[in-house]
Amino acid sequence: MSARDKFYYLIGGVLGVLILASIISAVLQARFRGSDSEAVIQNLTSRVRAWWAMVAVFAIAFMTGKNATLVLFALMSFFALREFITLTPTKRADHVTLFLSFFVLIPLQYWLIGIGWYGLFAILIPVYAFLVLPAVAALAQDTDDFLERVSKLQWGVMITVFCVSHAAALLLLNIPGYASQNALLIFYLVLVAQLSDVLQYVFGKLFGRTKIAPVVSPGKTLEGLIGGGLGATLIGGGMYWITPFTPVQALAMSFVIVLMGFFGGLALSAVKRSLRVKDWSTMIEGHGGMLDRLDSLTFAAPIFFHLTRYYFTP
Amino acid sequence: MSLISAALVTVMKALVGAHPRWQGGPPSTAQSIYFANHTSHIDTLAIWAALTPPLRVRTRPVAARDYWGRGAVRRYVALKVLNVVLIDRHKEDSQADPLRPMIEALERGDSLILFPEGTRGADRLPAAFRSGLYRLAHAFPTVRLIPVYLENLHRAMPKGTFVPVPLICTVRFGAPLPVVSDESKESFLERARAAVVELA
Repeated sequence: MSARDKFYYLIGGVLGVLILASIISAVLQARFRGSDSEAVIQNLTSRVRAWWAMVAVFAIAFMTGKNATLVLFALMSFFALREFITLTPTKRADHVTLFLSFFVLIPLQYWLIGIGWYGLFAILIPVYAFLVLPAVAALAQDTDDFLERVSKLQWGVMITVFCVSHAAALLLLNIPGYASQNALLIFYLVLVAQLSDVLQYVFGKLFGRTKIAPVVSPGKTLEGLIGGGLGATLIGGGMYWITPFTPVQALAMSFVIVLMGFFGGLALSAVKRSLRVKDWSTMIEGHGGMLDRLDSLTFAAPIFFHLTRYYFTP
Repeated sequence: MSLISAALVTVMKALVGAHPRWQGGPPSTAQSIYFANHTSHIDTLAIWAALTPPLRVRTRPVAARDYWGRGAVRRYVALKVLNVVLIDRHKEDSQADPLRPMIEALERGDSLILFPEGTRGADRLPAAFRSGLYRLAHAFPTVRLIPVYLENLHRAMPKGTFVPVPLICTVRFGAPLPVVSDESKESFLERARAAVVELA
């Protein structure tokens, strides 16, 4: 099967699931109108809608090619960082470092993927930006909360730019027997991570009893994690045919994505709480929510990338 | 020109969001003066981008000639795209009334965006208002006075910087300031300022 054929099968499958999800949420909405469950179903409906938008954007980017995919991920990093910085206290003295983060680091990081310079891509942010940002910040001569300000920016850039860019960096890998199909691997990663989120949410709502981390994330339950995680892992295993993995390897990879995604959601929930926010989106009226959708991907992408690179490239 | 205007709105939305919140009732095309706190050079653009298209075409920002009148690009955007009302902040001609251009615009039926502090501040909350708003309100009692609070713009582009950094900024539109007869200038200006502060 060629990459094109796989892509069309995949899109067909995803569209089928989305249509089913839209029908289910419409039926639920009609049935439970005015009842206690209305808010939950409203949430489900808006999630399904967000999925439609996401799939449409992804499909267009993949059909248009590598540069469009890079631009798409660069924009995701941009909006996620914008959200992160909006909720992080900044001062006048941070202006130059913020400017560098948005307008130099993001384009540079994705440009490095575009030209295939893996060595610099891997260290640009953890080494160069890590040192340059505090150096530039120090020149602004404001020592109030200096360490807090610099480290919050470094953290935001690591999560929203460095981590997210690893999904797009899958395009860099030279996997034997998988030439020019790497875009499918991005789709695979995003799909499993998002499915895991949704299934955990659904299983949690249906069967959730035991809270895993009531302080950090009251919505996360053991039943949701096991049911949703297992479901996403199995579906990920079943999609082995779009990956360079064998069915067993695909199961293992999906399991890693699910596990890291779970921890990503958990850690970013803790970050939100320490910034005294519940949702990246509700704090910022009418905006945002990019990080709410990306949180699992930020943790899953770098690990998935490196496992694939370590085991599947020469 | 409409292409430039669309591009400008898109850039503003991508950079600072400029998302409107109509907290004091839905947007209306009735003639209005939008008055806001002022912290950055892009405040004008932020409010302008936050307005709905039908409001945008009939609303003219009031802009200082010493900033918006300078430089070919800025001047072009100011006059051709934003259709600003240029005013002289530093009266060169002491005989001329600095409010004259605004009065003419209001007489033509245009709505205005203005910053009654007269200059940019560095803080979250506005400084004391200058008297121009009072005089306009008196001369045009039927024009609605809409308080506007610009959130986060002082962080996106603080005084002394030349490019904005991306931060999500909200533009909150309040309810029209009620008309109170026989009110002193001081109490009117304080009430107007309080209406903006209340949206913060």
